[in-house]
Amino acid sequence: MSEVDRRAGRYLPPGLPRPVPHREGLDREFWEGTRRHELRVQHCADCRGWQFGPEWICHRCHSADLCWERVEPRGRVFSWERCWHPVHEALAGFGPYLVVLVELPAADGVRLVGNLLGDPLQEVVIGAEVEAVFEDQPDGETLTQWRRTRANESIGDVG
Amino acid sequence: MTGRTAGSGVAVVGLGETEYYRHGGSPHPEFRLVLDAVRAAAEDAGIDPREIDGYCSFSDDRNAPTRIATALGARDLALSTMQWGGGGGGGAAAVANAAAALAAGYARYVCVFRGLAQGQFGRFGTASTSPHAEWPSSYEAPYGVLSAAQLFAMRVRRFMHDHGVTQEPLRAIALASYHHAQQNPRAVMYGRPLTPELYDRSRWIVEPFHLFDCCQENDGAAAVILTTTNRARHLRQRPAILMAAAQGADPRQSAAAHNAPDYASANTRNVARRLYAMAGLGPRDIDVVQSYENFTGGVMMSLVEHGFCEPEECVEYMTLDNFSVGTGKCPLNTSGGNLAECYMHGLGLVVEAVRQIRGNSPNQVPDAETSMVCSGPMAELVSSLILRR
Ligand SMILES: [Zn+2]
Repeated sequence: MSEVDRRAGRYLPPGLPRPVPHREGLDREFWEGTRRHELRVQHCADCRGWQFGPEWICHRCHSADLCWERVEPRGRVFSWERCWHPVHEALAGFGPYLVVLVELPAADGVRLVGNLLGDPLQEVVIGAEVEAVFEDQPDGETLTQWRRTRANESIGDVG
Repeated sequence: MTGRTAGSGVAVVGLGETEYYRHGGSPHPEFRLVLDAVRAAAEDAGIDPREIDGYCSFSDDRNAPTRIATALGARDLALSTMQWGGGGGGGAAAVANAAAALAAGYARYVCVFRGLAQGQFGRFGTASTSPHAEWPSSYEAPYGVLSAAQLFAMRVRRFMHDHGVTQEPLRAIALASYHHAQQNPRAVMYGRPLTPELYDRSRWIVEPFHLFDCCQENDGAAAVILTTTNRARHLRQRPAILMAAAQGADPRQSAAAHNAPDYASANTRNVARRLYAMAGLGPRDIDVVQSYENFTGGVMMSLVEHGFCEPEECVEYMTLDNFSVGTGKCPLNTSGGNLAECYMHGLGLVVEAVRQIRGNSPNQVPDAETSMVCSGPMAELVSSLILRR
């Protein structure tokens, strides 16, 4: 059973800020994607470059012709942190918890922040392979969490 | 000195600080603290505070120059400039903005100030209570990445991974601030020395930051007054001449969801390059450094990007000995810095850099000729400056 399941469907306690799509529509497709348990990243129709976080135009060629391309929800741990001090009332008495920054090789290494499921005291290895776990929220957008992929449990530091 | 004529023909001529209090410990509201610091700086410079005709600040300071000038009964207000972006990263930039205005002749005496009463206005270390997170924080906050420490820790972790850096440089930076604070009776941590054992035993805030890697929260105000070097000759203090200042950011450092291309970075490469070019100096020419400790890991990366050592040399170079006045090649945060003197959003570091040029620091570097300030590493906008005699 994953950590998401153990904690009543969520890794972190309820009460933290809930993600909402950008009010001007900048990232509507991203959140529509995660609701369908799909990971979508901005992709430039002109120069074919990947871009994240979302912007209105491509930072490479300034084209406004940006598509939201579906990418394989797998990545590598680029960095991590273990949070101990509760900075939000929802986290009082909760920690520690793990945050990972995950790079997506399928999208030229763009990165996403999420939580690493499992034991919060586990050793985290930069370069370790992870796969997305979509965490539906009862009252908002779906979060993208990460867990170690089984085949690579024993792989060493490749970052 | 080989630099061009001081970059701007501008000097710091007045320093003012209130007493520094622990968070919530000020007997006065923030605006009153600012007035006290501004008046102290004018007194130090030997001018009437009504002669100050320009104000610059940073990090969304709440104390508007119109209100200050009104409260002081100033005859003219010719400049009111807020630095945009970067929080404490805007500290040296606010000084640069003052210098630019003076060089252009927009004002005669410009005061750079910062007031903080976190007891009155709430604390930096706690997160926003908004129930929603919208781009860009929608990619961080729902995952429990809410505080500045949590926003920056992964940059430092990646840097340590890339360059084989252990916890020791972070500890040495914390120890240096506390070490210097023990000679500074004004420091909030005066009489409260830090040992390696205390550091190691202290709780994690967010790995790799222990409690002592994170800046204090304090109440107080600081102010510095600048004018042209021509006017400075007739004032009370030895002027600290602004050789160079630079502000800005590296490419796409504000990319959401931690997508800055140069991620394991303090975001100071462009600033350091322009700073040294303007000064006509290099890191070997700098006698003493005040480097903003929001978190020690940011100081480490900023020192590297300002050329003091290579990334792979951090463990060897960054030691308490090497950072201490009297024993070190790189005297660092010589009043106690943000960690142990006071967190005045880094303006206290500018004050201390000027004291080093005047020769009256509590930890004076003998015959210091050049004095550097690096503001707000890892922020989306950063700034640095170099002063000289
Ligand atoms: Zn493009």
